[in-house]
Amino acid sequence: MAKKKIYKIGDYPGLTGWTVFFFAYLYMPMIVLVVYSFNESRRAQIWKGFSLDWYVKAFSNDDIQSAALNSLIVAVIATVFATVISTLAALALARGRQFRGQAAVTGLISLPLVVPEIATAVATLSFFAVIGFKLGLVSIIIAHTVFCIPFAFLPIRARLQGMDDAYEQAASDLYANDWQTFRYVTLPLMMPGVVAGAMLAFIISIDDFIITLMVSGAGSTTLPLYIYGMIRQGITPEVNVISTVMLVLSIIFITVYWFVSKKAEETG
Amino acid sequence: MNPVINSNIAVSVRNISKHFGGGKELVKALDGVSIDISDNEFFTLLGPSGCGKTTLLRLIAGFELSTVGEIFLYDEEIENLPPHKRSINTVFQHYALFPHMTVEENVGFGLRMLNRDPTEIKRRSMETLELVKMDQFANRKPVQLSGGQQQRIALARALAPEPKVLLLDEPLSALDLKLRQAMRMELKNLQRETGITFIFVTHDQEEALTMSDRIAVMSAGKIQQVGGPMDIYERPINRFVADFIGDSNFLQAKIESVLDNQANCLLSDNFSICTSLVGTHPTGSTVTLAIRPEKIKLNDESTLRGDIQETVYLGTDTNYIIKLNDSTTITVRDQNGVTGDARYSKGQSVGLHIPDSSVRMLAD
Ligand SMILES: Nc1ncnc2c1ncn2[C@@H]1O[C@H](COP(=O)(O)OP(=O)(O)OP(=O)(O)O)[C@@H](O)[C@H]1O
Ligand SMILES: [Mg+2]
Repeated sequence: MAKKKIYKIGDYPGLTGWTVFFFAYLYMPMIVLVVYSFNESRRAQIWKGFSLDWYVKAFSNDDIQSAALNSLIVAVIATVFATVISTLAALALARGRQFRGQAAVTGLISLPLVVPEIATAVATLSFFAVIGFKLGLVSIIIAHTVFCIPFAFLPIRARLQGMDDAYEQAASDLYANDWQTFRYVTLPLMMPGVVAGAMLAFIISIDDFIITLMVSGAGSTTLPLYIYGMIRQGITPEVNVISTVMLVLSIIFITVYWFVSKKAEETG
Repeated sequence: MNPVINSNIAVSVRNISKHFGGGKELVKALDGVSIDISDNEFFTLLGPSGCGKTTLLRLIAGFELSTVGEIFLYDEEIENLPPHKRSINTVFQHYALFPHMTVEENVGFGLRMLNRDPTEIKRRSMETLELVKMDQFANRKPVQLSGGQQQRIALARALAPEPKVLLLDEPLSALDLKLRQAMRMELKNLQRETGITFIFVTHDQEEALTMSDRIAVMSAGKIQQVGGPMDIYERPINRFVADFIGDSNFLQAKIESVLDNQANCLLSDNFSICTSLVGTHPTGSTVTLAIRPEKIKLNDESTLRGDIQETVYLGTDTNYIIKLNDSTTITVRDQNGVTGDARYSKGQSVGLHIPDSSVRMLAD
């Protein structure tokens, strides 16, 4: 009996080569960045030997410290606000009374995801200018909260929509009032979505550049802004160090995010 | 206010209607339903899919508000109470066990919400788990249990707060046949032991007949008949009930005469049957008689005759599809002989004896 060969997309010749090339293209610059952050040389492009000196320098640099602190303050506060607002919005949309234009509202919340960031940045700046708001850390926090909302909203809403409302009915059937139902049933069940949303918001906030650049004022430099300023004086190992640290942070976050959403799938 | 406390009635549903949607898409899920369910009763709502059973249960539980009508729980009007203020618990069709809690936490949930003492919650949870023979699973999560085990936990969770009424929406439908049959007996025993009023929803007539004290047969949002299993089976009042519960033959007969509310009716071959008059049928009119296939005897001496068109082997019995001389067809269920053979074969001419007591005149 002749065996019929089934062609799969993976069988096409050269695919492996292309895949390797693609990944190299994607990750080589980052690998170079990380490696050179351990470079002993003052000039970033020439390898002189392994050293942690630049890490020590970077971490003891007052400007970097304050920029990092600013970034952290902005990201934490914006994440908390964006997550709370998104949670409430998702609850209202998924569990509240049905109303006309519900789909439109959901669309509007997610729209900023596809609006060019530069447009949002200019719009936000104009808005602050029109109402005469002083630019600084507070304006950055407000702007970050706003653009983090759609990122936090999506996973929370996805989680809530996949959740059978029979659990909430069962709770109220078992003498839980509205608050107890939310506290003991709805919230724990939607928690993986909330955590995922918060982590996404945090990552988006911590590395935002364009909007932050527009709405920052004196003394409110964040880490990405600081890096940009440093690069204009040439790429030093210090820049590599900060970038590496941010990269590692992001990888940790994404990994945790992945595990959280995987767990959510299993329990949901 | 109603000063008369009639504590024999656990749940009283009075003229309830529930409409969904509006305009052309108006669905009358319930249409003028009234029933009184007694204290300590195993009451079953039986009807085909979409007849409004779940809707009625959800109204009693408080998940849905009626369009018109009132619901009373031990003479207290409960229409305006939210579910958590009604002493009624539900066993959900798909159990809805809280996935983030252990079995014990699930069972204790109601008592915790009622602010009971922690030691009492613990004691009562374990006690209820023992009642459903699931105490050794107290620390498991619901996902680690089989369907049948989850079903028991759902039952325990609803029983633990000792509600006045327990609502069960097709709780056995997700189980396999053997388990379903075993659970029928257990549920019935559980109801007797706890003394809690059970309102049980099913579309399985066998389930309803074997477990219930009383059954309400529903169709298209209306109650068709309420009665004990035997009433419903032996004395169906209309065609729907006779058809839905068990198998029935429907024969057209002419009323010859009426005496003392007993009607003498003529069938094919002038075979006469005497049965109680139901409804307001005048002499000379044509009525429908319902007859169970197993109640008709094949008997060669009878004047009512027909030809066997088809035989259907059913294991213990055989169904004969017989064409009478007035060309109506009738199904007769006859027990097979000791060797398992059917007693008659296709094409044979047979006599049929229909005992008077086996016939029921329908109101419609
Ligand atoms: N929320 C709703 N909106 C609109 N129509 C509904 C709603 N809930 C129920 N219905 C309709 O009401 C009717 C009765 O539904 P119900 O769920 O009570 O039936 P059921 O007897 O429980 O059926 P089943 O045996 O299939 O569970 C159906 O026609 C159903 O489509
Ligand atoms: Mg139903």
